Amino acid sequence: MNDGSLSYRPINLGRWIIWGGTLVLFIVLPLIFKQGFARTLLAQMGILIIFALSYNMLLGQTGMLSFGHAVYSGLGAYFAIHTLNLIGAHQVVFPVSLVPLVGAVFGMVFGVVFGYPTTQKSGTPFAMITLGIGELVFACSLMFPGFFGGEGGISGNRTVGGNFLGIKGLNFGPDVQVYYLIAFWCFVSMIAMYAWTQTPLGRIANAVRDNPERVEFIGYNTQRVRWLVLILSSFFAGLAGGLSAINFEIVTAENVSALRSGGVLLAAFIGGMLFFFGPIVGAVVFSFFAIALSDITKAWQLYLGAFFVLLVMYAPGGLSSLILMNLRVMSFGKMKRLRDPYLGVALAGLTLLVGVVLLIELTYHLTLEAGGASTITMFGFPLDAHGRETWTFVIAMLAGGGLAFEYMRRRFKQEWDAIHVEIEDWARENPEQA
Amino acid sequence: MSQDNRSVTSALSEAGISGANAAALELKDLRKSFGKTEIIRGVTLSIAQGERHALIGPNGAGKSTLFNLISGRFPPSSGSIRLLGSEVTGRRPFEINRMGLARSFQITNIFQRLSVFENLRCAVLWSLGYKYSFWRNLNKLSDARERAEEVLRRIGLKRRRNIAAGLLTYAEQRALEIGITIAGGASVILLDEPTAGMSRGETASAVALIREVTQGKTLIMVEHDMGVVFDLADRISVVVYGEIIASGPPAQIRANAKVKEAYLGHHAEAA
Repeated sequence: MNDGSLSYRPINLGRWIIWGGTLVLFIVLPLIFKQGFARTLLAQMGILIIFALSYNMLLGQTGMLSFGHAVYSGLGAYFAIHTLNLIGAHQVVFPVSLVPLVGAVFGMVFGVVFGYPTTQKSGTPFAMITLGIGELVFACSLMFPGFFGGEGGISGNRTVGGNFLGIKGLNFGPDVQVYYLIAFWCFVSMIAMYAWTQTPLGRIANAVRDNPERVEFIGYNTQRVRWLVLILSSFFAGLAGGLSAINFEIVTAENVSALRSGGVLLAAFIGGMLFFFGPIVGAVVFSFFAIALSDITKAWQLYLGAFFVLLVMYAPGGLSSLILMNLRVMSFGKMKRLRDPYLGVALAGLTLLVGVVLLIELTYHLTLEAGGASTITMFGFPLDAHGRETWTFVIAMLAGGGLAFEYMRRRFKQEWDAIHVEIEDWARENPEQA
Repeated sequence: MSQDNRSVTSALSEAGISGANAAALELKDLRKSFGKTEIIRGVTLSIAQGERHALIGPNGAGKSTLFNLISGRFPPSSGSIRLLGSEVTGRRPFEINRMGLARSFQITNIFQRLSVFENLRCAVLWSLGYKYSFWRNLNKLSDARERAEEVLRRIGLKRRRNIAAGLLTYAEQRALEIGITIAGGASVILLDEPTAGMSRGETASAVALIREVTQGKTLIMVEHDMGVVFDLADRISVVVYGEIIASGPPAQIRANAKVKEAYLGHHAEAA
């Protein structure tokens, strides 16, 4: 109770540590993971982080559910790849390292143009209009092959700019150089988008999300707020698009497709939209599914879908809210009570997971490779896809795991809920410390 | 009390006659229909600056609709609304708000997920000229912070500063509702049933709060609690079936036979 002066902290040390740590992580990650595959994964994670954060400016911060965000990243990507080609043809002189900004600016221009009619409405009409504009742009991409390159898309070459700052060998040819270019823009974008959340527009955007009607009565035009946020968001989406043009050296209609728009929605949701860092977590996990898991199994989308459904059902706040709630339990020193329930859930869950994975993989094997060998190797064991023992084992794992998991889940939930009720009661009684 | 009110009213009307000051609010033959039903049927009313005016009337009489027309939530079907001398008919809520009118809602209308402090800070941003700025650091705007803290103190929610507004008790949410309304410094304040659903004790502190925060401002309120109305209002207008059947100082309204018949009688008996 110190006249509220305590609550004002001009310097936030924790924030410096987090951003510094992130920067260090960005720098050392490719030094730890030297394989080409890992670096490809990291580069794509970086791009998706920017894209997902820009998407969350709409959904998480302003409450605008868009089904067409890939329009802005995709069009940005097209302009970036054309810029690369113009540089290559010596028609313009422009550093490749800044080409993502071309994507960003054009993303923003389309944000201005498409955003205006879109943001006249909120809620479901807004979502429907974004869907319509997404389809419209996708249709255009096939109608104007001169600009969009038709089915084959437009390819480019990221090394056309020659050496960056005259440094020999630094021409963005090698994967690691592209990674660092992406990491740079990713870090800058993260800071910029975080800073935006701490501005008047950022805060009013939150107010529009919570209660658009009331915002109109405190002097703000909610249509203008939505439009401005969409413009800013499409700037960063375009930046992500520009980076993907450089990274893949090709842009196709897929870049503006509803599939891509849906992907970023999934990524943001998986990470959680209530906290700034949620979409970052989501982008990392989504990239892992889309790139790493897709290398291992053809059924990766099925796993992603199942994961998404489970998350929506049991943790609608996404992974970030799970993380934060666990940290809260920890900070109150109550984690000990969750250790056994967690262990139970993990063991039962693992059993169930093995059963589900076997079921999916064996089914895929039987239907898609019917003519092939009947044995596949799973978890290091050869399994006969037609064998009775195999299927007995799978059913046992599914049934046993499922029953155990449901039991353990209930036990866990009881303790979990009890702990959070205790914490909230405490917070209610001690508002100034909460 | 009533003598006191009468003297204020007469002072105000004298000022209105002699001064060049425009009325805070002037409604002329205001009408509103939803489909074929006319809800507001020709309301003409002038409210002087600094006046505390109460709208009373039975449920469904059109008091809230009148508020919605004045604050721009709905456009009127015909007639005109002048705010502090300027025509505002058909303008949108944010425009009317920028011209100096703020309102509260009958059903609590706050920013649930934002903290109490952030609710108030949002409400002061436009009036301080920060508009849609996305280049300033909110936490460095000391004027916005100080003004939000000041309102926080006045509405007595200092201890709840960092709690999500959705977690406040009902009475606290009503106080925050008033806080958001006055935070922007509007000179004409519309309060829609500010004490609805409150206990006797809560009502008393709400009345004290309203009296305090509307000091020197024009207050127009819809209220069902006659104690509150006669306690706060300089003038009262009685709305029945979309029309104002009587308008005047409390004592005059209390004595009005038409009012007694249409509305007050039932309440007086009930009380």
